[in-house]
Amino acid sequence: MRVVAAMSGGVDSAVAAALAVEAGHDVTGVHLALSPDRQQLRSGSRGCCSVEDSHDARRVADELGIPFYVWDLADRFREDVVEDFVAEYAAGRTPNPCLRCNEKIKFSAVLDRARALGFDAVVTGHHARLVGGELRRSVDAAKDQSYVLGVLTAEQLAHAVFPLGEMTKERVRELAAERGFAVATKPDSHDICFISDGDTRGFLTRRLGEQPGPVVDAATGATVGRHAGAYGFTIGQRRGLGVTAGDQRPRFVLGIEPVSRTVTIGTAEQAEVSEVVTAAPTWTGPVPGLPFRGQVQVRAHGAPVPCEVTAADGGLRITLGERQRGVAPGQSAVLYAPDALRGDRVLGQAAVSTTA
Amino acid sequence: MTYLDHAATTPMLPVALAAMTEQLAQVGNASSLHASGRQARRVAEQSREQLAAALGARPSEVLFTAGGTEGDNLAVKGLYWARRAADDRRRRIVTSPAEHHAVLDSVEWLETHAGAEVTWLPVGPTGRVTPEALADALGDGRDVAVASVMWANNEIGAVSDVAALAAVAHAVGVPLHTDAVQAVGQLPVDFAAGGVDALTLTGHKLGGPVGAGALLLRRDVECTPLLHGGGQERDVRSGTLDVAAIVGLAAAARAAVGDRVERAARVTALRDRLVAGVLAEVPDAQLNGPALDDVVAGGPGRLPGNAHLSFPGAEGDALLMLLDARGIECSTGSACSAGVARPSHVLLATGADPARARSSLRLSLGHTSTGADVDAVLAVIGPVVERARRAGAR
Repeated sequence: MRVVAAMSGGVDSAVAAALAVEAGHDVTGVHLALSPDRQQLRSGSRGCCSVEDSHDARRVADELGIPFYVWDLADRFREDVVEDFVAEYAAGRTPNPCLRCNEKIKFSAVLDRARALGFDAVVTGHHARLVGGELRRSVDAAKDQSYVLGVLTAEQLAHAVFPLGEMTKERVRELAAERGFAVATKPDSHDICFISDGDTRGFLTRRLGEQPGPVVDAATGATVGRHAGAYGFTIGQRRGLGVTAGDQRPRFVLGIEPVSRTVTIGTAEQAEVSEVVTAAPTWTGPVPGLPFRGQVQVRAHGAPVPCEVTAADGGLRITLGERQRGVAPGQSAVLYAPDALRGDRVLGQAAVSTTA
Repeated sequence: MTYLDHAATTPMLPVALAAMTEQLAQVGNASSLHASGRQARRVAEQSREQLAAALGARPSEVLFTAGGTEGDNLAVKGLYWARRAADDRRRRIVTSPAEHHAVLDSVEWLETHAGAEVTWLPVGPTGRVTPEALADALGDGRDVAVASVMWANNEIGAVSDVAALAAVAHAVGVPLHTDAVQAVGQLPVDFAAGGVDALTLTGHKLGGPVGAGALLLRRDVECTPLLHGGGQERDVRSGTLDVAAIVGLAAAARAAVGDRVERAARVTALRDRLVAGVLAEVPDAQLNGPALDDVVAGGPGRLPGNAHLSFPGAEGDALLMLLDARGIECSTGSACSAGVARPSHVLLATGADPARARSSLRLSLGHTSTGADVDAVLAVIGPVVERARRAGAR
C-alpha cells in the first residue's frame, strides 16, 4: 500500500512509521503543523506541536529513508478543534479535543487529502488494535487509546492502520531503541497540545473572559459562593470549588447552566447518575441491533461499566449497571463489546446530552 | 532524478571542486607569518583578485563572508549603524517587500531593536523596483541610512535596473546595497559599472561551495562589523579565512562568469520550452513575474533559469510532493525552518492573492539542466496538477 504515516515527533508514531516501512509499504511521513505560531522548543509535557517536535519526526523519516513533509492544518485545527473546545465549554459542556482531532483532522482532513493525493491509508501510532476492520483495545490497557478513536466510522477505519495495538508501550520504546531513534526515550505527552502551559482554566479565561456567577448547593438550595467562570468547572469535580457546605460532607459539581452561569453542587449521592441520554451515535462497523448489552466508557482514562443501550429519540439511552459520578454533557460515551481474548471491541460512540 | 531547484543550490562546477579539494589538503592559516601561512595567504589573495576581476571590482572591495545571509546582514546592518552613527537623523531604511528574508529580517530587526523606520518600495506585478519608485521613497535622502534592492528576485526572477537605482540613490547621497545572490553568473554583473555601494553574492548559487560568499563593498563606504575579532577582512569582517572554500568560490565565479553568455542562452531556451510546454499541458496555469522575453536596461528582465507558475486550485506543497514522488525536484519558493508552506511573500508583494501565492511552484534550471529534464516535467505535469487539484478541492 501507499500510506501516509502521521508523525508527531513522538516515539509511538516513529515506531508505527518504521513498522509500516518494514511491512513493505510505500510510506511517506507527514507532520501536522496545527498551530500558526509554533514554539521553537518543546516545553512541559506537550509532545507534538513545537518546531523541535517536527525536527524529531523529520530525523526519524530521514533515517527510514522516506519522504517527509509538513502539512499545514492550522486553520482546520483552529476551526474544528480549538474553537469547538471553547464553544463547548462556553455552552457548559465538556469536550474531548483529542477525539475531535481524530474525527475532524487526522482521519478526515489528513485522510481525505492523502487519498486525493493517491495514498491508500493513514498510519498512526495510536495504541489500539484494528484487525479485519474491527477496532479493539490495545493489549496495553494503561496506554489504550481506543476511546479517542471511538468516533471513527467504518469508512475511516477502512483507510487506517494502527501498527502498535498488539504491543505494550515498553515494547514500542524497545523497538525505537533497537532502531537507534533518538525519540526512544522521549517523554510521553499527556496535556492538551494547544494549551501550552497546561492551564485549561487560564486558557478558557483568556478566550471567554471572566463570567462570574453563583454556586448553588442542590442539597440546601442556597447560594453558597461565587465563581469567575462556569467553564472552569467540570461535572463531578470535587476539588477547587471554593465553598464549604454546612454539613461538612464533600460536594461535587452536579451541573453547569451557561445562561445564568449557575454552577450547581451537591453530595456524592446526588452526583451519581444511572442513565445517560445521548445525541445521534456513530458506529465503527455494522449498526448493532437495539437494545443490546455492553460496556460504556465516558472518559479517555475512565473505567468501562456494564450498560444496556436502547434507542431514544434519535440518540441512545444508556442505562448504567453501576452508578457513575462525573458524567458530563459533551463527553463521548464510547460503547464496547467486552472480549477478554481479542480485546474489547469498540462499537461506536455518542455525545452525552443529559444524565439522570 | 530531475533536479530543477538550481536557485536553491546548484551542483558544484568540476573546476571549483578540484581547486577546493586540492586546497583542503594544505595546512596554513592565512594570517600566520610563517611559510605555510604565507602560502595560504597567497592563494586566498589570488582568489580575491580572481573574484574581483570576474565581477568588475577591485580586490580591496572583496570581503569574504560565510554566504549570502551574512553578506545581506552585514550590508544592511553595517551600513545602517555606520550611517546613523555619523548622523543621527539617518534612521530610515528603504527596501522592497520582495527581498530575501536575509534582508527583510535584518531590516525588521533594526526596526524593532535599533530605532529604524522602514519605507517599503512598491514592486508592481512583475516584482521589479523602478528608479521612479526609489526616488519617491528616498525624497531628499537626508533621513535615509541605507537602501537595499535585490538585483534579481530569487522566487520570480524579476531583474531590476540596479545601475539606474544606484544613480537615483547617489543623487540624494544614499548608499545602495543589492543582494545579487541570484544574479552573479546568470546576468552581466559589474560592480564598478553598476555603481552600487555594496553587493552580496554567495558561492553555492553559481557552482561553488555552500558557506562561502562575499560582500563587495566600495572602499569609501563605512560599514560597522557584525563579527568582531581578528579583523581579517578590512576590519569589517573577522574570522580565519576559509581558504579552500574561497578558492572554490573564486574558481566557480570565474568559470560561471566566463561561460555566462552561452550558458544563459542555452538555459533560457530550455526554460522557455518548459514554460510553453507547461502552459500547453495546463492551459490555466499562470506565469508569475516578468514575461519570458522581458528586457530591462538592455538585458534580460528575468533570470534565465527561472520559471515560476501558479496552478489555480492546486496547492504548491501538494504539487511539490507529487513531483518529488516522480523524481522531479523543485520548490514552492518559500518555506520556513519547520517546512511549513506559507504563501510566498514575494507573490503577495506583487499583489497576487494568497490563493495564487499558495498554488505556485518554482522550477529553476541551471548549468546541468538538459532537454530531458524539461521532457520529464512535461510528461507528468498534467496528471500531477489534476491530482493536486482533486486534493485541493476537499
